[in-house]
Amino acid sequence: MSDTAETTEEVVVDPNAVNITINGVPHVARKGQLVIDAAADAGEYIPRFCYHERMTPVGKCRMCLVECDSGRGPAVTVSCMVPVAPDMKVDTESPTTKRMQEGILELLLANHPLDCPVCDKGGECPLQDQAFSHGPGESRYVEEKRHYEKPIAISDLVFLDRERCILCDRCTRFADEVAGDALIHFNSRGNNTHITTFPDEPFASYFSGNTVQICPVGALTAKPYRFKARPWDLAQQESTCTTCSVGCRTVVQTSRDELLRVMGVDSDPVNHGWLCDRGRFDFESVKSEHRVQQPLVRVGADLQPATWNSAIAAAAALITEALAAGGAGSVAVLGGARGTNEDAFAWARLGHEVIGTPNVYAQMGDGLPAGLLALPRATIDQMASAATVVLLGPDLKEELPVLYLRLRAAAEKGRTRVIEFAPRHTGLTSYAWKHIGYEPGTQVQAMKSALADEAVAAQLAAGPVVVVAGRANLAESSAATVAAVREVLAAVPGATVLPAFRRGNVVGALQVGMRPRPGGLDTRGTLQAAAAGKIECLVLVGADPLSDFPDTDLARRGLAGATRIIAVDTFVTESAARANVVLAASAYAEKSGTHTNLEGRVTSLAAAVTPAGNCRADWMIAADLALELGTDLGYGSVADVTSDIAAKVAGHAGVTPDAVAGDGVLAEVNPQLDPMNQVEVQVGERNAYEYRLVVSRVLYDQAVGTAMSPSLAHLTRASAVHLHPLDIERVGTTDGARVKVSSTRTSVVFGVVADPSVLRGTAWVPFNQPGPEVGELIDCFAAVNDVRIETI
Amino acid sequence: MSRLNEANTLLAKEIIGRYPKARSATIPLLHLSQQQNGHITNDAIAHIAELVGATSAEVLGTCTFYEMFKMEPVGKYLVNICGTMSCQLLGADELMHHAEHSLGVKAGGTTADGMFTLEHAECQAACTEAPNMQVNYRHCHRMTTEKFDQLIDDLRAGRLDGDIPQHGTLARVRQVIPAEKAAGVALPDVPVEPAWMADGGKS
Ligand code: SF4
Ligand code: SF4
Ligand code: FES
Ligand code: FES
Repeated sequence: MSDTAETTEEVVVDPNAVNITINGVPHVARKGQLVIDAAADAGEYIPRFCYHERMTPVGKCRMCLVECDSGRGPAVTVSCMVPVAPDMKVDTESPTTKRMQEGILELLLANHPLDCPVCDKGGECPLQDQAFSHGPGESRYVEEKRHYEKPIAISDLVFLDRERCILCDRCTRFADEVAGDALIHFNSRGNNTHITTFPDEPFASYFSGNTVQICPVGALTAKPYRFKARPWDLAQQESTCTTCSVGCRTVVQTSRDELLRVMGVDSDPVNHGWLCDRGRFDFESVKSEHRVQQPLVRVGADLQPATWNSAIAAAAALITEALAAGGAGSVAVLGGARGTNEDAFAWARLGHEVIGTPNVYAQMGDGLPAGLLALPRATIDQMASAATVVLLGPDLKEELPVLYLRLRAAAEKGRTRVIEFAPRHTGLTSYAWKHIGYEPGTQVQAMKSALADEAVAAQLAAGPVVVVAGRANLAESSAATVAAVREVLAAVPGATVLPAFRRGNVVGALQVGMRPRPGGLDTRGTLQAAAAGKIECLVLVGADPLSDFPDTDLARRGLAGATRIIAVDTFVTESAARANVVLAASAYAEKSGTHTNLEGRVTSLAAAVTPAGNCRADWMIAADLALELGTDLGYGSVADVTSDIAAKVAGHAGVTPDAVAGDGVLAEVNPQLDPMNQVEVQVGERNAYEYRLVVSRVLYDQAVGTAMSPSLAHLTRASAVHLHPLDIERVGTTDGARVKVSSTRTSVVFGVVADPSVLRGTAWVPFNQPGPEVGELIDCFAAVNDVRIETI
Repeated sequence: MSRLNEANTLLAKEIIGRYPKARSATIPLLHLSQQQNGHITNDAIAHIAELVGATSAEVLGTCTFYEMFKMEPVGKYLVNICGTMSCQLLGADELMHHAEHSLGVKAGGTTADGMFTLEHAECQAACTEAPNMQVNYRHCHRMTTEKFDQLIDDLRAGRLDGDIPQHGTLARVRQVIPAEKAAGVALPDVPVEPAWMADGGKS
């Protein structure tokens, strides 16, 4: 508060204030606020089942009845539906209120099976808790209760017990209103009302786990947690999901040193309590029996278990030999995007300072240039409140699911108009104000003609504009997208950018230093140099180029050509299997530290369980290796690294342990990052290759996090080429048949899927799915990749 | 097979055009489908969902909420006998008993020849004419067992074909709404005012 305000005598009347009393105590509520929320602000918790702060109130359960007097005498009021009115007197404790609460609970319990001892919700169940605190204590109901077959699987992940359901409409409302997947619904009426899916159409929503979390009873349970623990046996810590770069806030729950459950935490700037199913359930991979538990050193053809001392010595020897053979420039460090900021910073220091190589990079050739991070950055909240969002990136529903929820909500509520540029229809297309389909390589033309449109120009002038930019297609270079981003930024002064980078901590890794120094190589350059025999030592820090780098052939040649390989990983991935030394890294929830999400928000990560076997955090491994190479990084604990980042990385001075708690703190844009270079986009003629290739990720792929999580592993789809139905006719094949897809590189046989969401003249293949590798067709040096499709 | 046939699909599109939001046509389309097949199948629900832009689960939810939509095949004639108080006092139980006996099915059942489905009903708002029953929702007042037998005879013989269409038919004269009076499908946030509202109903 400023000095002048303190000395002013004038009483400023807040036009949004509404004076009410709650149980006789005066309280200032906000205009339009619901009675239930006003009471909560005043410290009076009104019991509830159906009401949820992040969803439209529906007044289904009547548990929140209280007495309100707005001048006409006390009346029983549904406090989750009625807003406060001036001078309203709310009584949450009157005898009538109590009688109502007892009555509602008795009714709810009449048909409830009361199987709390075998119910997963027992101990954390709002019905149990409120029956205890507000219920009558006994029931007059002696008749037979409702019976249903139970539990029934409503999806691969979620089970429904209809006997326990109290019909609160939370799950169904979530599915419809928040996720946009209204695949569960009330069926029938009255006493027969129950939740169902449509026959043969399961609740296959990417967000289904949220319904389990918000169900106020044990009617919905998730497969990975069923019968695993009792809530009172769980320990929990707040953390951040690092599966993608949205960085949703979570609590990680464990029992006896075992990870059991991850729940969403309501972080206002980030995830509003929601998680996607991949982020919620992929913790299973942490306890996978296939984890690499101790360091491995190559002896002949085999990787043999070794002690840390000998493994570190072996790794250091590899680096020393490489330095002797080819100098610092012959060493490259790839990765860092899957760990903490501390991991990335220690490895960046090891690479840049100790080894002295400029070749350090956190991206795997599937993002946009790191310079995007140097552009004026938007926050998620700014995106969700912008007048216009220009989407020039991946399918957010598939790659950054909770960002999709935030943008979908903004578009649905009419706050934000989305102009989507995409090479095919995405999860957001039906919510977009304008969907502009472009053929890969023609982003700039598409952008220019859109900007020339009067309606678009008027919309862009109507208020704040946020550009969500990322890589929509792995089978084309990033140049055209970068150029299109430049076009829109030039046309709309003041527009800000939200980088839609996907991999967990890629933004953090890039910001703290996992990026090439002048003259250094990026991942493509590194693999190319390696293929040419110029990389004496390749260090993979949680990077698996063989499955993640879009150009499979280059990745393969790069790994084959690298003289020595050191892998730091949680699993022996395809790439790690070729290493000379594998250093066993601890995984998510086994190490603490900080994480930076795509908007630059730094939050904390909790170590909830002890690392598997002898695994160590990446930063520790970097420090050990540095010491072995003769340099002490000076790190004795993760906190040392955190403070070193705050001290050394520009924009991170405010990133202190206190600041990263809870919702975290925004790290300022790193001014050292060079803005993106302008690259000429040259798209050649298609000649006989008549289909332009579009390759992108879907939520469930073969990444270790999903592949090693038993509940998620089977949710991948088959690798197949998707064509517009008319193009299928043109090729002369049919849906489901097999076709030969050829690029200048090679030919691959795929099944073909008729998909009207694919643009005519293009062919879409999901990346990293079981079956033939689409990466074999991709040339990462080409501006675009065209393919020929023939029947076989 | 039990999706809407071609003619009905066209009609469905016309019906959808009458509403500002396509999904408002869900219930009329369910009636249309029931008229076509006598009951509503899952295929029909999926088709209606496609047409109105809802999920099948949502259309199923709406469909099962209403008693008059039948998800199982019913007879050509649906016989509903009221059992609420006025009717009960004036002999509904005896009537039901007689019906069960003479049709050879329990309430809820369908005769083997597929002619009749017998149902118990709550008050049909004809209490002054008790005991009341309905055949395909057409009232039959002050019923007696004799009248019941006569009615069943007439129905079997086709003597009432002109009066009582088969189950699912709600109206034999279809309402036609000229295009300019229909609201037409529009985005929910920009409702289009029908022409007749704009000029105060003069047209
Ligand atoms: S399943 Fe749970 S969330 Fe869904 S309506 Fe029933 S009680 Fe509510
Ligand atoms: S959206 Fe991303 S950060 Fe959020 S739960 Fe899913 S994977 Fe995790
Ligand atoms: S919480 Fe208000 S009616 Fe359910
Ligand atoms: S009681 Fe039978 S019609 Fe009303």
